[in-house]
Amino acid sequence: MHPAPSVIIFTTFSGLGFGLLFWLGLGVITPTGISAFIWFAIAYVFAVGGLLASTFHLGHPERALKAFSQWKTSWLSREGIASVVTLIVLAIYGAGLVFASTPFVVLGWIGALGAIATVFTTSMIYTQLKTVPRWHQPTTPLLFLLLSLGGGALLAGQVTLCVVLLIAAAAVQLFAWYTGDKRFAQSGTDMQTATGLGDIGTVRAFEPPHTGTNYLMREFIYVVGRKHARKLQAIALLLGFIIPIILLLIPFSHIFAALAVLSHIAGVLTLRWLFFAQAEHVVGLYYGKR
Amino acid sequence: MTQLPPPSAKKLGLVIDLDTCVGCHACVISCKGWNTENYGAPLSDQDPYGADPSGTFLNRVHSFEVQPEAAPAQLIHFPKSCLHCEDAPCVTVCPTGASYKRAEDGIVLVNESDCIGCGLCAWACPYGARELDADAGVMKKCTLCVDRIYNENLPEEDREPACVRTCPAGARHFGDLGDDNSDVSKLVAERGGFDLMPELGTKPVNKYLPPRPKDVTTPCAPLETVAQDGKGFAAWLDRALSALPGGAS
Repeated sequence: MHPAPSVIIFTTFSGLGFGLLFWLGLGVITPTGISAFIWFAIAYVFAVGGLLASTFHLGHPERALKAFSQWKTSWLSREGIASVVTLIVLAIYGAGLVFASTPFVVLGWIGALGAIATVFTTSMIYTQLKTVPRWHQPTTPLLFLLLSLGGGALLAGQVTLCVVLLIAAAAVQLFAWYTGDKRFAQSGTDMQTATGLGDIGTVRAFEPPHTGTNYLMREFIYVVGRKHARKLQAIALLLGFIIPIILLLIPFSHIFAALAVLSHIAGVLTLRWLFFAQAEHVVGLYYGKR
Repeated sequence: MTQLPPPSAKKLGLVIDLDTCVGCHACVISCKGWNTENYGAPLSDQDPYGADPSGTFLNRVHSFEVQPEAAPAQLIHFPKSCLHCEDAPCVTVCPTGASYKRAEDGIVLVNESDCIGCGLCAWACPYGARELDADAGVMKKCTLCVDRIYNENLPEEDREPACVRTCPAGARHFGDLGDDNSDVSKLVAERGGFDLMPELGTKPVNKYLPPRPKDVTTPCAPLETVAQDGKGFAAWLDRALSALPGGAS
């Protein structure tokens, strides 16, 4: 799959933003006044900035409001609704902390639940696709949730929570990479089922439909991305998990904490890039490529 | 609405004969011609006369080589367009309701004025039947020429999809696959029509007819040598000329 920067930025930053909002809503930290304003501003910049980035890949962003209508079937529609509801609920909760120094506890919990729901709906947009076997497995939502909660805990300065969640996320990520490499073969979709010609003999793509490229090939076939996959996986593990955990476990300093956040973001961006670049869509079979 | 309607009795679709298709791409061109001039946004091309042309097509013809174990390889031309699936994953993923399946005849369409161009329906389609038009920013797909098949302004013989109407080999058939007695249903039953990627559960309406078994061929006798060494004057000339600098190898 083509690793579009808008979608990588969107999933990374909105994941972190909603992760931080989850811990804020849950009341793990309850800042008040100007300090609460800064905490919520950081969370909203990440969450809303990510959501806005996602509209950049739309052909008609001006029609985005229509996307709230099909929640009955569409995970993308559900994500839109969950994100807006969560942002509104937690804005009221945040306003209570900033202006009245009062946590509206129940509202915070509803918002926290909404933040989790938003990240889950985002992950289901990818998980639901049978056409991309690497994504179509339970590790996808689990990983999105653990990364969001772990990154959120990191932003919220919750060392123990963060370390535990990041270790769990790293473990799930390793497992997802391990199983992901076999998913396409296990899916049962191959040249034979794609063409139905397997009864005659071995099928191979002989001539593509056109001499040039096309939308499908640009969007779904990204072979070059896998060349350095192993190295990038190591880099993502190092930046996303190992360095932040080490920086958190050594005696606290604000500089180390900031470095831990930056390193984690760089790591998540790398593994999100791999999430797309390594994913193979079944339509590639018709082109003899994946 | 992107909820799928209950299965319709009428299931309009195509039956494509892989035995008959000669790979001429006439269906590709007539499809592009009709659909760029009629319903919806035109099918745009980018850099059409330049070094790196690309464009939107609703129908593309692939060619596959199939190598049997003990027989010569076969070249099979493979036209592919929307299969108007009964359980169309492209419809349910749409966040705006732009993508829909008609309750009356099962045709899958896009309401272009509601499409935000997110591309998710193309991701959900295993067959590559949907292409986001780079110029219009909306999703394009085969309409089964919905603006031809019911069009009473056209002569009756033209009321079928442009690809079917134009196919010089008669490799494409249009009809109601929900009716067991229709010509297309009989053809599918007779020739063993099959689904593409049945394991994905999309239940395509369009069917493909397999190539008929080839006649049994005996292996070719070794080719006889046609060019022989010359004799007499020709042989002397050959040797003499070969001996000259720059002569034959």
